[in-house]
Amino acid sequence: MIKTDTIIIGAGPVGLFAVHQLGIKGLNAVVIDNLDKAGGQCIELYPDKPIYDIPAVPECTGEELTKQLLSQIKPFKTKMFFNERVEEVTQDKENWIIKTNKDNQFFAPNIIIAGGVGSFEPRKLSLKEAEKFEGRSVFYSVRNKEDFKSKNISIFGGGDSALDWALELSKFSKINLIHRRDEFRGAPHTLSEIKKLEKDGKIIIKTPCQLEAIEGDKNIRSITIKFDNGKIEKINTDIILSFFGLIMKLGPIAEWGLNMNKKTIQVNPKNFETNKKGIFAVGDICSYPGKLKLILSGFHEVALASVECFKRARPNEKYKFEFTTSSKTIKDRLGKK
Amino acid sequence: MPKITYKDNQGNSKTIEVENGLTVMEGAIQNNVPGIDADCGGGMACATCHVYVEEKWFNKLPKAEEGEVDMIDMAFEPKKNSRLSCQLIVSDELDGLEVTTPEKQS
Repeated sequence: MIKTDTIIIGAGPVGLFAVHQLGIKGLNAVVIDNLDKAGGQCIELYPDKPIYDIPAVPECTGEELTKQLLSQIKPFKTKMFFNERVEEVTQDKENWIIKTNKDNQFFAPNIIIAGGVGSFEPRKLSLKEAEKFEGRSVFYSVRNKEDFKSKNISIFGGGDSALDWALELSKFSKINLIHRRDEFRGAPHTLSEIKKLEKDGKIIIKTPCQLEAIEGDKNIRSITIKFDNGKIEKINTDIILSFFGLIMKLGPIAEWGLNMNKKTIQVNPKNFETNKKGIFAVGDICSYPGKLKLILSGFHEVALASVECFKRARPNEKYKFEFTTSSKTIKDRLGKK
Repeated sequence: MPKITYKDNQGNSKTIEVENGLTVMEGAIQNNVPGIDADCGGGMACATCHVYVEEKWFNKLPKAEEGEVDMIDMAFEPKKNSRLSCQLIVSDELDGLEVTTPEKQS
């Protein structure tokens, strides 16, 4: 069991800034996120899109913002647990115990939920039969390339992931790239590579069409696709790889006994505490009168929540408000002279 | 105020007066019309406000920009007449617009 002052759920911009606000108050934290890296929506949804409303930063991309936040919290050497989802929250007197899907346990007086709109999960194929082949013949990500060697692979999707894996796997497998419209969305050099491989017969492109049926018993034998003009085609397929992006699922958070309002958690706008003492919600996932889903609002929310976290983690100390410009203690914590 | 009709895939429908300037998504959310989630809040970043637009209306709408079309690829069961309702801005010209929500959004 890992003991800390605050467990932060979500490594998006607000979760990362929480580390900072707690850190300058002398509190330590751990961060848990279902994705494989920090950044949350900024990295998953719009890494290259410019953001124009971060105060004093006229323009930056989601990726740049994440990078800057990570460098801002570097002095605190906070441990981050990625690819891990919080499953269970239980109370132990004044403290909370969190259990993850990897069976890690964390113990702290405070939990800050900075979970955005929930955890990201791959969007599944809408065809019902796909479910029974999942994990054997139907995949939504590539864990180990070796499993996809010398196979007939049908890749669905028109974005970067579909294109990148079509290129990569075409080195040792037969690839059908199937998309619902003629246009693909990807880096120009990736698109030209794909065109080249299509000419060489390494990749077969099928557009505009969608998956109509899957045939097979234990494993897939073939798939049927339907073109927009009504034409039907059967394609020998061992493996389906589907890349229809990520969806956001609230997941287990809904079962922790917090007051919810649709997919958001109601908080007290004074300190962003939920109906459970010591559990806070900040950023896109919290709601209160006038709430705006902006990154800057999340920064404000977590600054206030961190004060309450301090009071709970250090009940015998008095909280002292300090400026980073003048506080020697804060400068020490940041490793500045 | 323009009237917008929201149908679900079961054939139930609800007609609501939506103020000019709001989006078709906002009209649904503010009036508790089920079937539109709008997880990202109208940022064209999630495809959970996906609707099908009746053909006669589809061609009258301003064309979807590239970002919207890309995002529709990620929607649940996209069709030729798919749009993101957060990108459809209500105006007098859209009075009578009918949209159908898909079986589910995610």
